[in-house]
Amino acid sequence: MEWKRKDLITIEELTPEEINLILDTAEPFKEILRRNIKKVPPLRGRTVLNLFFEPSTRTSASFSIAAKRLSAETMSISTSTSSVKKGETLLDTARNLEAMRVDMVVMRHSCEGAPKFLSERIEASVINAGDGNHEHPTQCLLDLSTLRENVKTFKGLKVLIVGDIAHSRVARSNIWGLTKLGAEVSVCAPPTLLPQNIEQLPVNVYYNMDEAIRDKDVIYLLRIQRERQKVGLFPSTREYMNLFSMDRDRLKKTKEDVIIMHPGPINRGVELDGDVADGKHSVILNQVTNGVAVRMAVLYLLNGGNKDEKII
Amino acid sequence: MAKIMDELAIKRALTRIAHEIVEKNGGIDNLIVIGIQRRGDILADRIAKLLQEIEGKNIITGKLDITLYRDDLSSIANQPVIHKTDIPVNIDEKTIILIDDVLFTGRTIRSALDELIDFGRPKCIQLAVLVDRGHRELPIKADYVGKNIPTSRDELVDVHVKEIDGVDEVIIEKRVI
Repeated sequence: MEWKRKDLITIEELTPEEINLILDTAEPFKEILRRNIKKVPPLRGRTVLNLFFEPSTRTSASFSIAAKRLSAETMSISTSTSSVKKGETLLDTARNLEAMRVDMVVMRHSCEGAPKFLSERIEASVINAGDGNHEHPTQCLLDLSTLRENVKTFKGLKVLIVGDIAHSRVARSNIWGLTKLGAEVSVCAPPTLLPQNIEQLPVNVYYNMDEAIRDKDVIYLLRIQRERQKVGLFPSTREYMNLFSMDRDRLKKTKEDVIIMHPGPINRGVELDGDVADGKHSVILNQVTNGVAVRMAVLYLLNGGNKDEKII
Repeated sequence: MAKIMDELAIKRALTRIAHEIVEKNGGIDNLIVIGIQRRGDILADRIAKLLQEIEGKNIITGKLDITLYRDDLSSIANQPVIHKTDIPVNIDEKTIILIDDVLFTGRTIRSALDELIDFGRPKCIQLAVLVDRGHRELPIKADYVGKNIPTSRDELVDVHVKEIDGVDEVIIEKRVI
């Protein structure tokens, strides 16, 4: 199995073999992160540009660290300080950056499809670090990598994703990734936080959290954004907590060896109780560590793009 | 295709190398045996076992994957698969016996030396190889050699081991282009 793609835009388009190749490649990088000198030379002389049109701390930092560990040069541009403020189009921004000979662009944008748009027009590799409500492929890959450390197989693994499914690129990427590897995915949320065409996604739907959590091996909580409440998608935060929060009492109703995951940042007490987030079932900090290893694997495999495949 | 070494010849060569290691280092205290993936680590395990039999003491082994330190990563089309590196102890002030199956251009060994130095500052590094086939492109020389095999550049030397290939042998064949 060899990696052929120039870009990483979605999980939906990947084959299970491609997903496994990334996960396998991430394993040796986990060992490198435990070394005293955590730097290896494969991307020497490459330049990785972080182009974030939306705020992000964790993902942007994680990509920067990953690139630096591989000896690449990194540069970060956020919209607040860039020419985007002056009205430059996305394509013009990208062309200018490419004229500076950037090899890889890590991109986050509030518009679905923006990374794909860019990838089709520039020679550099493009990595989607989150596009609108569409996908967040490296988050899914780090979740899969973390799960792989804790379960024997994905085949038949029962995973429940709880929260704002409609507005979550993390949920969408994970639904694709998990089902491609053979897991059985369910979602649980108030109907207002489910996407309109949920039946087109390969998932079971629950509206009752207590019923949903009973037989699941993994419970994945999504961040509840308070802005959603303000526009009336759920009546009050307290009501959401009563019905959908993963707290100590609900934890007692789950399988004994349930795994608790969250993509961060956590609203402690809202979607997830502090005790549960820090408890023995939680693998949340492993997710963060593995994020660096998985992103190293993606950067290594793309390596500025396969020369034969490049457009232009 | 010609068979250069069979199972017995490999065993004898490794046994001699083990004795030479003991002799040169006056025992096996302070030694770490590190093999280069994906055949060298298997030979390293065998040499470590022989050293333990000769000296009656345990010895620490490790394995090294040099992929990330290769000097041709930016020019090859597809990225090679990375295997695990496992150096279980601090290597500062240790004597490292670095083991690989075939010594050819010396570029793999250059990568391995760079990677080892990133782990610490060993007292010294000695190199043991099952086959030295010549054609060095870097100033690198083995301390222990199982067999010197004169080759031409268009030939391939393959070391097969039971653990991976089901048979112990060294073969030489023409490169198919």
